Amino acid sequence: MSAASHTLPRWADLLLLPVVCLAVALLAAAGVVALVGQNPVEVITVLVHGAFGTARGFSYTLYYATTFVFTGLAVAVAFHGGLFNIGGEGQAILGGLGTGLVALWWSAFLPAWIMLPLMVVAGALFGMAWASVPAYLQAYRGSHVVITTIMFNFIASTLLVYLLVNHLRPAGTMSVESVAFADSAKLPGVHEALAWIGVEWPASPLNLSLVLAGLAAVGVYLFLWRTRGGYHLRAVGSSPGAAEYAGIRPQRQIMVAMAISGALAGMVGMNEIAGVHGKLLLEFVSGAGFTGIAVALMGRNHPVGIVLASILFGALFQGGAEVAFEVRGFSRDMVVMLQGFIVLFSGAMAYVIAPMLAWALATLQRLLPQRKQPGAAHG
Amino acid sequence: MDEALLGSMLASTLRLATPLIFCALAGLFSERSGVVDIGLEGKMLFAAFAAGAAGAASGSTLLAMLAAIGIAVSLSWMHGLACVSHQGDQVVSGVAINIIASGLTVVLGIAWFAQGGQTPPVTAGVRIQPLFAQLTAGLAGVPWVGALLGEGLLGHNALVYLALALVPATWWLLFRTRFGLRLRAVGENPQMVDAAGVSVTRLRYTALTINGLLCGLAGSYLVLAQSASFSPNMTAGRGFMALAALIFGRWYPVGALWACLLFGFLDAAAIRLQGAHLPLVGEVPVQVIQALPYVLTVVLLAGFIGKAVAPQALGRPYTKER
Amino acid sequence: MAGPAVTAAPAVRMTGIHKQFGAVAANADVNLCVQVGTVHGLVGENGAGKSTLMSVLYGFYEADSGALEVFGQAATIRNADDAIALGIGMVHQHFMLVETLTALENVMLGAEPHWLLRQADVQVRSKLSALMQSTGLHVELDALVADLPVGDRQRLEILKTLYRGARVLILDEPTAVLTPQETEQLFDVLRVLRQQGTTIILITHKLKEVMRLCDHVTIMRAGRVVHEMPIAQASIEGLAEAMVGRKLHMGQVQEDTVTPGAVLLQASGIEARDALNVVRLHDLNLTLRSGEIVGVAGVSGNGQSELLDVLSGLLQPTRGHLELSGQVFEAGAWLDPQTARALGLAHVPEDRHARAMVMDFVAWESAVLGYDGFPQYASGGWMNHDHMRAATSTMMERFDVRPRDPELLSRSFSGGNQQKLVLARELGQAPKVLLVGQPTRGVDIGAIEFIYSQLRAMRDAGCAVLVVSSELDEILALSNRVVVMNQGRVTGELAIDACTEAKLGLLMVGEPA
Repeated sequence: MSAASHTLPRWADLLLLPVVCLAVALLAAAGVVALVGQNPVEVITVLVHGAFGTARGFSYTLYYATTFVFTGLAVAVAFHGGLFNIGGEGQAILGGLGTGLVALWWSAFLPAWIMLPLMVVAGALFGMAWASVPAYLQAYRGSHVVITTIMFNFIASTLLVYLLVNHLRPAGTMSVESVAFADSAKLPGVHEALAWIGVEWPASPLNLSLVLAGLAAVGVYLFLWRTRGGYHLRAVGSSPGAAEYAGIRPQRQIMVAMAISGALAGMVGMNEIAGVHGKLLLEFVSGAGFTGIAVALMGRNHPVGIVLASILFGALFQGGAEVAFEVRGFSRDMVVMLQGFIVLFSGAMAYVIAPMLAWALATLQRLLPQRKQPGAAHG
Repeated sequence: MDEALLGSMLASTLRLATPLIFCALAGLFSERSGVVDIGLEGKMLFAAFAAGAAGAASGSTLLAMLAAIGIAVSLSWMHGLACVSHQGDQVVSGVAINIIASGLTVVLGIAWFAQGGQTPPVTAGVRIQPLFAQLTAGLAGVPWVGALLGEGLLGHNALVYLALALVPATWWLLFRTRFGLRLRAVGENPQMVDAAGVSVTRLRYTALTINGLLCGLAGSYLVLAQSASFSPNMTAGRGFMALAALIFGRWYPVGALWACLLFGFLDAAAIRLQGAHLPLVGEVPVQVIQALPYVLTVVLLAGFIGKAVAPQALGRPYTKER
Repeated sequence: MAGPAVTAAPAVRMTGIHKQFGAVAANADVNLCVQVGTVHGLVGENGAGKSTLMSVLYGFYEADSGALEVFGQAATIRNADDAIALGIGMVHQHFMLVETLTALENVMLGAEPHWLLRQADVQVRSKLSALMQSTGLHVELDALVADLPVGDRQRLEILKTLYRGARVLILDEPTAVLTPQETEQLFDVLRVLRQQGTTIILITHKLKEVMRLCDHVTIMRAGRVVHEMPIAQASIEGLAEAMVGRKLHMGQVQEDTVTPGAVLLQASGIEARDALNVVRLHDLNLTLRSGEIVGVAGVSGNGQSELLDVLSGLLQPTRGHLELSGQVFEAGAWLDPQTARALGLAHVPEDRHARAMVMDFVAWESAVLGYDGFPQYASGGWMNHDHMRAATSTMMERFDVRPRDPELLSRSFSGGNQQKLVLARELGQAPKVLLVGQPTRGVDIGAIEFIYSQLRAMRDAGCAVLVVSSELDEILALSNRVVVMNQGRVTGELAIDACTEAKLGLLMVGEPA
């Protein structure tokens, strides 16, 4: 029997609970770190310094964060529509494929100011298309979107391998990647952009898709809370009966939610392919879809929270790389593990932690000295 | 197609299908009781690591298997704590288990064995050897029988036969015992089971325990019979393929078995068919065959090749209503 | 009919039962005495307290005070298992069956005599066969429940209770889902059971059935027992009056008798089915005129909800014709909620939580539900937050919704304030036709008069108002014209001055008045 009689006040639910869950996850991770003979404090110090201590490190943090903003927003939009989109991984792959294909075909003939927007559109459309099939199957044939998106993740990765190995790899080469794009298909790095206005900044993979991510976050916010479309989507996700009463059709909203979700995930290609690698390759998503789930859960499905959580995870990835470099025996898999703990405690275990937190708050209130309140009755 | 090829295909199919069968049966118990299990992949992975680590460290097959089973059962119980005892989201919990497993196994592997995440190979004494080696050798020369029966069917280790034997055993447990009846009921209508005086929580935890046991066997197989050591992310999506097989088999043990055999066959065929020309279609890219299990499952779920009806209460946390 | 004079202890005796839910006394000092081997009818409108009383007997609730005696022995019943152990069985309105299992397996579940199903099957089968023989209750034991028709499923539920040794059988509105033939079959079974000494308590509002089947009847109203008598001394008219009877506020003088004007809504030949394909509305006709309030009276569950859903476009009828604001709709090309709103039809749903508001939205977001596309709220897809907030503040002022905070979560308001906000939203659109379901459910006394005055004001402004309510007082206080529904049909239509307790009571139970 859970302590259901204690419910969390709204501020605690929105702010305190995620922080507590994060703390528990960090504690668990610290426990493992200590277990394997590392010093958690040392690890944390190196991590924080690696992520924020230098301009270069911070740039890397933001570069990772950019990808997570896209996948986190994707998961969040679907959640608002009442759906769990685990297919971010596959949708990001397809989006990157779209971005890359368009670049391969036309980058030699088009100037950057046409090429780059075209790549954005292609990435969005490909990601959208990949998400639309599971969406259609859920909305009109009742196939559970969780299972179908998991399947589509695998199909996407085999598709990418097939295309790269059999069609896009220049003949005679060993590495599984395409030829490099022409310069018009490359997003300038932030250090380059800053150089244009005379600011010195160390080189890093951080590129202008950071701006795109920011725009996406703002766009998602505006869409969800300022447009009728977003209102309809949230209504269906929250209360299908009330939405029906209002004349909103659930099936349509499922399609819309997943389409937008897929399009957002598809933007990962702009960061990785257009912004960094300049060619199509195999490993450019590498689990970002799943990190997006962690980001959305931590960020409570709100763009502001997602941006913050993305920076957090970006910091973990970048800081983790630094720790792997400096501390013997440490590997980046610790970050993966921490990510898993965060999903566990912020997601599934939140229901276990919430009643405990509520009980703790209630006990604290009782123990604190009574404040004089005029006319307050006590029962 | 000559007999040697057929024999070796048969053998490969069974070998590749075995971990799928264990996992699919594990998922069967969990999902039949109403608990979604996305975490098969993570549990199998962690169990494999445990088997590899314990096997290398202790030199005992038994300890290796117990470690694998112990870890998998613990993870299943954790899933139960979040989702059965409380109202946690079952999918999120499963995803968490997968991510934690993929990270934690490498962290511990590096810390304990310093081989980049791999565990040292277990010795031949720890590995599970083919059961009927002498019989197989004896049949080797016999045309057809030697290949098909000898290598194909009899050349396997105990875990393969165990997996196959567990299919009718699962069927019997599910359809011929009181426990099985109650399990099937709780996945369809937990209110009814509760009203009949049977504990929903106890049933689901029992199902999850069996689930952990079977995932532990799957993981053990990977390290003690297939390879000889654990390497990072060695499950490579097989847990999801087992889930797909379960759905493809419409949540029945025998159906799941056929699906696992089919997927195992496709896996075995994928490598062999590379570069080969099939009539009508020409050269089939290996990726098509790799993707086939997933595509087939989606087609099934879409209702194009018959209906797959999941247990009605699947995925919904149970709360006593009043 | 009535059995011989009984001297043995009653099967069930409940004394002084009191059960309070918050401020409402669902049962107040209730006494019930059921003799062994009789069929005892428990009759009353919705909210009369009969379901609560039986829930106490079956262990779902514990009474706040009072005593229970089963077969002469004092008893404490804390849960269903206690009740079953004492020989009490209950057949609920919503069956507790697993569709993918067979009938036999459903009976067996939880009481399997052996861990091996083969063995258990043999034992259970023989016991069930004997039971089926002796009672006349026949069910295909090896059929999957999914393949069984509703009547068979109910028989299966009864078998389940008998298998567990029930000697007192509680049936909750058993004929609600049955066809007339199935009802007959059920009655035959119940008569056989009675003959065998089983005691039956029948919760129902169908007085005809009570007269045909029961030996004794207890009538409840507003949580109390108002009458208790052997059937021999009862008549349908008497029962109807007792069930409904109260000092009706006929004195509500309609000072502002606006003569009803043009026909604003005309529905004819409406037939509607529910998700299980059971017909819920039979050949229903309804006319709504400008400047009148039409009240729909009747016990809940007789098609009133479906009527509201059909007229507002939420439920597609299988047959029927509708004329609204000059537009014509036929079954197959029916109205949808958005079109309805565009044509000036507003709907205050019965179900506040699942329909009327999105509980997780803040107040102003719920206050524009269904109207977010209207020009004052949005342009070109963008919602105008300022207008929406301002409109919500106005609504809150007008209807005294507290707290006056448009940013508060919808679920944080009390039920009464939620209702006021919904009413404010719908009435604020100045509709031509207004459909209202349970207008004052959960609303505090002070606000009820205000809501009534608002509804009257709508009427006076020329709106056609349809009010569905399970509170007869409310219907009588508001309506110019009362339409009574029973079993999906309109059984009668009376002008307000022609309404009497007796007539209404009879119409509500399907009798000609």
